[in-house]
Amino acid sequence: MNRLITPRMLRSALPALSFTFLLAAIFYIQPRAMSYFGLNLMLNLGVPIALATLAQMMVITVNDLDLGIGAFVGVVACIGVTWLKETPLLGVAALLGCIAIYAALGALIHLRNLPSIVVTLGMSFVWLGFAVLILPTPGGSVPDWLRAFMTLKTPYLPFAVILSILIALLVHWGLMRTAYGTIARGAGGNPRSMEQAGWSGLRIKMTMYAMAGFFGVLAGLALIGLTTSADANIALRYTLLSIAGVILGGGEFVGGRISPIGAVIGALTLTLAGSFLTFLRISPDWQIGAQGAILILVLALRALINQAERKK
Amino acid sequence: MVHSEIVNLNGVEKSFGAVQALGGVDLRILAGECVGLVGHNGAGKSTLMNILAGTLVHDTGSISIAGNLLPGRYSVPLAHQNGIRCVFQELSLCPNLSVAENARVLHASLRGFGWRKRAGALLTGMLEDIFPANGIVASDIVGDLDIGRRQMVEIARAFTVTDVPLHLVILDEPTSSLDNVAAQQLMSFVRRFTAKGGSCILISHLLNEILETSDRIVVMRDGRIVDTRDAGSFDHQSLVGSMGSVAVEADNDGAKFVSRRADGDKTISMGVEGADAIPFAAHRGEIVGLAGLAGHGQTDMLVSIFAARGISVEAAHVPQRVAFVAGDRQTDGVFPLWSIALNTTISSITSMVHRLLIDPQREKQLAETWREKIAVRTPDVDNSILSLSGGNQQKVLFARALGSNADAILMDDPMRGVDVGTKQDVYRMIRQEADAGRTFVWYTTEMDELRNCDHVYVFRDQEIVAELARADLTEERILQSSFDQKAQS
Amino acid sequence: MSTFLVKLREQPWLWAFVGTIAMWLATSLVTGAQGSGQVLSAAFSFATFFVIVAIGQMFVITLGPGNVDLSIPACMTLAGTVAMKLMAGSDGMILVGLLAAIGCGFAVGIFNFALIRLLSIPPIIATLSASFLIQSSAIAYNRGLRVKPPAALAEFTTTRIGGIPVLAIAVMLLAIVMHIVLTRTVYGRSVLAIGQNSKAAFLAGIRVERIRFATYVLSAVFAATCGYFLAGFSGGAALNMGEEYLLASIAVVVIGGSSVAGGYSNVPGLWGAALFLFLMVTMLNTFGASAGLRLIMTGLIIIVVITLAGGRKR
Repeated sequence: MNRLITPRMLRSALPALSFTFLLAAIFYIQPRAMSYFGLNLMLNLGVPIALATLAQMMVITVNDLDLGIGAFVGVVACIGVTWLKETPLLGVAALLGCIAIYAALGALIHLRNLPSIVVTLGMSFVWLGFAVLILPTPGGSVPDWLRAFMTLKTPYLPFAVILSILIALLVHWGLMRTAYGTIARGAGGNPRSMEQAGWSGLRIKMTMYAMAGFFGVLAGLALIGLTTSADANIALRYTLLSIAGVILGGGEFVGGRISPIGAVIGALTLTLAGSFLTFLRISPDWQIGAQGAILILVLALRALINQAERKK
Repeated sequence: MVHSEIVNLNGVEKSFGAVQALGGVDLRILAGECVGLVGHNGAGKSTLMNILAGTLVHDTGSISIAGNLLPGRYSVPLAHQNGIRCVFQELSLCPNLSVAENARVLHASLRGFGWRKRAGALLTGMLEDIFPANGIVASDIVGDLDIGRRQMVEIARAFTVTDVPLHLVILDEPTSSLDNVAAQQLMSFVRRFTAKGGSCILISHLLNEILETSDRIVVMRDGRIVDTRDAGSFDHQSLVGSMGSVAVEADNDGAKFVSRRADGDKTISMGVEGADAIPFAAHRGEIVGLAGLAGHGQTDMLVSIFAARGISVEAAHVPQRVAFVAGDRQTDGVFPLWSIALNTTISSITSMVHRLLIDPQREKQLAETWREKIAVRTPDVDNSILSLSGGNQQKVLFARALGSNADAILMDDPMRGVDVGTKQDVYRMIRQEADAGRTFVWYTTEMDELRNCDHVYVFRDQEIVAELARADLTEERILQSSFDQKAQS
Repeated sequence: MSTFLVKLREQPWLWAFVGTIAMWLATSLVTGAQGSGQVLSAAFSFATFFVIVAIGQMFVITLGPGNVDLSIPACMTLAGTVAMKLMAGSDGMILVGLLAAIGCGFAVGIFNFALIRLLSIPPIIATLSASFLIQSSAIAYNRGLRVKPPAALAEFTTTRIGGIPVLAIAVMLLAIVMHIVLTRTVYGRSVLAIGQNSKAAFLAGIRVERIRFATYVLSAVFAATCGYFLAGFSGGAALNMGEEYLLASIAVVVIGGSSVAGGYSNVPGLWGAALFLFLMVTMLNTFGASAGLRLIMTGLIIIVVITLAGGRKR
C-alpha cells in the first residue's frame, strides 16, 4: 500500500534516467562535452526533433498516428527559407494554411472514420510534393530574426536546454493539467463515452490535429533556424524519430496515455544517441545500427524494470 | 411538487433494421420514486433506457420532460441539461484518466483555477456517501482500479451535481461487478436519494434487489410494457411469472446428491502455495463452483487453469482440451467483426480440419446445431454477432465452449445479464454435459447458481479459504467464509 | 446475377480494382491501344514485388492495432545483398542464393519477434529498431558493392508469357494460396481472431504467441524473397532498394480493403492496390505532370480512395 513509489511513477521516471545515463556516458568518454558549448552542440538539433515529437504526440493522444509529420516539417522548412524570408505575409499565411489543413485532416478522419495511418501516409506524399514545388533545389535562406532566435546566447544554460524545458513544461501544463487537456486525453481513453458525456469528438480531433500542425510548424522553423537552409527531404526521418520519441518517453499508441515531458526527453535521448556514436568513433557503416541498438537497450531497461515491478 | 412528473414517454417505438426493439412504450416517471425495470434480455430494457438517456434516437412517439414536450431531436447533452443521467452496463469511464479527471469529463463547468481539487472533492465526497471506506483516492488512475471499484466510481459520478440539478438516474445493472456489501450500500443510497425527491430507474437481474428497493415495478416483454404495479404487490414468483418465463424452483435437496469424488478420477488439480492452503481439484463429470466476493481471485484461478492446459506436473494437472466461457463478453469473449457462426466455431476449428483446410460444411452444421440447442435469437447465423442483444451474445459464447471437444469447461461468471429462462436452459445443459463426463469449473456471484454445483471452493483475498461439498452447502457457510477476517485454524 | 452483384459490392477489394481499371483507361486515352498493353505488362512486373511484401505486411497488420512491420525494407536489402554476394553471378548457385535469402528472412523474423516478446515493446518500435541493425548489417556485409545477379535469375525475373511476366503468374498463384491460408486454415482464422480481440482469442483456445511468431517470420520471409527477386530483376542489390516498399506496403494493404485496425483482411485487394498504385504514377507521367505534382496527386488519390472506400465497420 505504498502510494509514494508506484510502478506508474517509476515508469515515468525512466525516460529521464536513461537520458541522464546517456549524457553521463558521453561526459565520461569526452569530458570536454561537459560545457556550455558542448551541450549546445549536442542538443540544439534536438529542439526541432522534440517539437516534431510533441506534434506526433498530439495525434497519438487521440489514438491516431501521423506518418506525414516528417514531410510536413520539410514543407514548413521550405516555406520558411523562401516565402517567409521574401514575402513574410505570404509565408505566415501559408503556415497558417498548413495548420488549417491539419485541422481539416482531423475532421476528415473523424467524420469518415478513416484510418489515420493511411490518410497521413497519403499526406506525406502531398507535403513532399508541395516542398518540391516550393523549393525544387536545396538552398534558400532563413529570416534573420529566426536565425537570431535559435542561436540566442543565454547565461548558464544553453538556449537549446532552456527551450526544451520550457516547451516540455508548457505542453505538460496544457495537456495534463488544464481542464480541456483532460478532455483531449479522455477522448483517447474512451471516445464513445466522451461523446455520450456531450463532448464533440469532431472538435477534439480537429483541435489535436491543429495542435500537431502547430508544433510541426514550430519544428520546421526551429530546424531552419539552425541549418539556415532547407531542402524537401530535410526532415523525412522525423516521422520515425518522432514515433520513437513518444514511445521512448513512456507514451502508448492507444488509450490516451501520453507524457509530454517524457516525449521531449525521449526526443533528446535520440538526438544524444547520434552524438554518442560520434564520440565513440564508430565506423559510419555501423552508425544507424548502433542507433537502433541504443534504442533497444533503453527499451530493454524499461522492460526489465517493468518485470521487476510485476514480480514485487 | 412532491409527485411532479420528471419524464413522460408516449408511444415510443424503435426498430433496428427489421427487428422491432420497442413497440409503443408509455412510461411516466414521477419525482421521488424508484422504478424497477425487469424483463428478459431482448425485452427492450436497454433500448428504452438508451432512448431516455439520449444515446439512441427513437423512431416514433414523444418524450416530454417536466411536462414540456421536447421539440426536435433529443440527445445526451439535452438529457444532462434536464438532469437525467445513466449508468450504462458497459463502463463509460476513461481508464487513462484519474478519478477526479473523470468527474471533469461529466461536468463541463469544472474548469478554471483549482478545477482539479474541486472535481476530486466532488467525486470522492459522493463515493464516501454511497460506499463508505472504499479506499479510492481522487488521483488514482481509473485503469489501475479493480472492476468493482471502477463501477463504484462510475455510479458515484452519475450522482454528482454541479450546476444542473439532478432529477433522474438510470442504473442499468449497477451491481453486476459489486460484491454484496457494496450492492447493499448502493441500494440503501438509492432509497435515501429517492426519499429526498430524486428518481431512479433500476434495472437488475437480481430480483431481490428490485423487490426490496423499488417503489414501483415495470415489467417488459418483447419491446412492450406488460405490467406495472407497486412493488409490494409482487413477490419473486409473481415477478418471474409476469416476465413470461416459467419459474423453476431451485432444487434444494442436497441430500439426494452423490459425490463424484469417490471414484478418484481427477480431471484438474492445481496445487496452491502455502502451508494451510487448500488445493483445488475437479473430478470427471463434476460441476465445481468458485464462490466468494467478486474479485477475490476466482477469475485469476480460471485463467491460470486455462493457461496451464496440457500441463501435467506435480503442482498442476490440467487436461489438453479446455474451453473458457468469458463473463466480460466485450473484452474477453466476442469477435466483433465476425458472424454468429464464426464466433461459435472458433474454439472447434482445429477439429474440423480436413486436408489442411477447415471444412465449411461441418462449421455451418456446428453453428446451426447450437443456434437451435441454445436458442440464439437470430434469423441467420451468418448475421453479425453485434446484431444480437447482450444476453444472446453470451449464449453464443456458451455454444462456443459447449460445442468444442473440451473435457473441461471453465466459466467466468458467465450469466451476467442473462435472462431467467435462458439461465434455466443453460443450467440444464450444463448438468447434462456433466453427466456425460465433462468437468465444469464455474465462478459465479449468485447463490442460486452455486446450488447447481457438486463441490464449491470459497475464495477470499486471492486464496481458497473453504471447501464445501454439495451436501454441506448453505448460504450462511459461504457468507461466513467470504467475510471472515482470518481463517479459524 | 443480381445476388452476384450485391455480393460483389460487399467485397472490400472492389475499390482497388475499380481504381486500377480507371487509371488504365485514362492512360490508354493517351497511349492508345498498343501502348496500353505495354503499360499493363509493365504494371504486372512492378506490382508483383509490391504484392509479395504486402502479403506479409497484411498478415502482420491483421494481428491488430500496433502491429506493423517496419523492417521490411532492411530485410529486403539484407536478403538481396547476402544472396547476390553468395551467388556471385553463378547460375549454379541460384537455389543456394534463394535458400540464403529465405534464411535471412527467418533470422530477421525471429529477431523481430524476440524483441517484441522479450522486451514487450510495441511491434512498430521493435521492427523499427531491428531495421536499423539489419540495414547496418547489410551495409557492413558488402560495403555497398553491387554484385550482378546470375544471368539465369535475371532472365527468369523478366520472362513473359503472353505479355504477363512469369514471376507475376507465380505470385498470383502465391496470392491464391495465401488467400486460402487466410480464410480456410486454422492459422488464418487465428490471425483474424487475434486482430479483433487478442484476449478473447487466447480464451477461445488460440495459441496467440505462436501465431504472432509465425506471422512475423512469414512477413520477413516474404520480404526476403522479394528482395532476392528484386535484386535479380534490377541487376543487383542496392542498399536503398527497399526504401519505397515501407510506405507502399502499408498503402497497398489498406487500399486493398484491409482494416489497419486489424482482424479484417483480404488478399485479392493487394493485387488491385499494387496495380492501382503503379498505374496511377504511370498515368500522371503520361499526362506530363512534374515530380512535385506527381507526388501531390499520388498522395491525394490515396486519400480520396480511402475516403471513398472508408468508413467501414470497425
